[in-house]
Amino acid sequence: MTEAASRPARARRPPVPYLLLIPSALFMLALFGWPLIQGVLASVQTPGGGYGWENVRRMTAEPHFWPAVRNTALLIVIVIPLQFALAIAMALLLRERPRLSGLYFYVWAVPLAISDLAAGLVWLAIFADQGYLNSALAGLGLSESGYEWLSYEHPGTMLAAVVVAELWRATSLVFIILVGGLSVIPKEYDEAAQVFGATLWQRVRHVTLPLLRPSIQVALILRTILAFQTFAVAQALAGRNFPLLIGETYEWYVNLQNPYAASAVAMIILGVSMFTATVYLRALRQPDVIRGAR
Amino acid sequence: MTAAGTAAPDRAAAPDAGVDRAPLARRRRNRMLVQVACLAITAFMAAPMYLITLAAFSTRESLNAFPKSFAPADVSTETLRSFLGATGVVPSFLNSLVVGLLTLVLSVAIGTPAGYALARHVFAGRDAYQLFLLFTRALPIVVLSVPLARFFITAGLSDTVLAVALLHTALALPTTVLITASIFTAVPRDLEEAALVFGCTRASAFRQVVAPLALPGIAAASLFTFVLSWNEVLGAAVLTLTNRTLPAQVLGSLQWSPLPYRFAGGFALLVPALIFIFVMRRYLLNMWGTTLR
Repeated sequence: MTEAASRPARARRPPVPYLLLIPSALFMLALFGWPLIQGVLASVQTPGGGYGWENVRRMTAEPHFWPAVRNTALLIVIVIPLQFALAIAMALLLRERPRLSGLYFYVWAVPLAISDLAAGLVWLAIFADQGYLNSALAGLGLSESGYEWLSYEHPGTMLAAVVVAELWRATSLVFIILVGGLSVIPKEYDEAAQVFGATLWQRVRHVTLPLLRPSIQVALILRTILAFQTFAVAQALAGRNFPLLIGETYEWYVNLQNPYAASAVAMIILGVSMFTATVYLRALRQPDVIRGAR
Repeated sequence: MTAAGTAAPDRAAAPDAGVDRAPLARRRRNRMLVQVACLAITAFMAAPMYLITLAAFSTRESLNAFPKSFAPADVSTETLRSFLGATGVVPSFLNSLVVGLLTLVLSVAIGTPAGYALARHVFAGRDAYQLFLLFTRALPIVVLSVPLARFFITAGLSDTVLAVALLHTALALPTTVLITASIFTAVPRDLEEAALVFGCTRASAFRQVVAPLALPGIAAASLFTFVLSWNEVLGAAVLTLTNRTLPAQVLGSLQWSPLPYRFAGGFALLVPALIFIFVMRRYLLNMWGTTLR
């Protein structure tokens, strides 16, 4: 930042943008830059004080590590596409202004404010051995004592439970960003396309979605990066039977009291998050690269 | 035309007898389908909230029963009372509120100007700044919490709500900047330029033209900020020992707590969410409705 700021600004343009940026840049450098350097150092530091790959070896030797990698990847690959399909459908449904749309909007937006821990606990009431899902099954006579959805013997349903809880909790964030994006798109575009005989699918695909691209981009980046940091849902539902990478850093730091290995795991999440964000930015880049520029 | 209203203005000239009813029927069917889909999604979203409420207001016996009843059979505050009576629950709730509000104010005050700069100005270092934003957003919380905890100890802020609020602001700030930037981008630049042409200064053009158009979005952005802080568990758990936020408190006691405590905890974490969105709803809906028209 600073070396960019010291470069001469373009002729006759007052340094307004820099004045606007400086508070945030300083704040983040203080609260991110310094701790980040400390974190990177800690990840390659050995408890004795030297440097080396000791932490990485420890981390990968831990029996929960590879399952955690697999679970994290699986969860993201499954949840995000489902989530976006659902959120786009929800936003478009509400744009049709059905009756009770105010109520729908409220109910659909509520999970936005629900913490992942709360979501895990909510769905625990449903998926627990004596929970509401099994009660429903028993009540319908489909099963006598229900099914152990969250047992470590049934990794499939455990994953499904976490996916459902994540869909329930985090789709609202995407939904609200898309509703916000939709609301600034004039309805005339869609109506014009309709007048010219475009089908619903054509209008969504060629009119609405391209106009929504900035919102989708923001939502996609946010959601993916947040998905890498999801852990309390799985923690509340399945504990360590469904390890996730971020949960491993927690485990290393809080329970095993090893901040070095915790940092090493965190560096992996950091690297993967950065990589994904870069890919998205490139893939979704708009033709007129610099928004608002002439 | 009479009943069709806006449906088919191009048919206005046609004689009544020859009206094609098919589009009207299609329209009605579509509205039905929309309604059914909306109800299905609402059921998916609302059912878990109902069930956790039911669980939180059940007695211990009915929580141990199987199969459980889906109707409120024996409403009781026993489960909730024992949760609220547990050590540290009420203070942690207040801590959560304070941290959330502090975070909201700090991040909107610092983040909105940056978002505006990104949306409206082309300047050297713009891409670097954006990359920096993404980078900070992608950082896993725990990495920061550990060295930050040490930093806050030297700054005399250890185990305070302010320390947690600062961490949360740092976490929320990139999001706030990104969202406000996309909001300001969506406000047509021409409007602002027109205001400048008609004699506004940059500041008054911003105040009178851009701000009203961007305000709903900024409200939504600050909503995210509060929620982000409210929901954050790990950093709060690492940075504090006694001044815990509610999620950190519940997470800390998750392992050895009985199921009723967890259900009550889930409900207690859920209620502020319900209230908060309810308060924001009118505002969100207003902006959403008016800009749509």
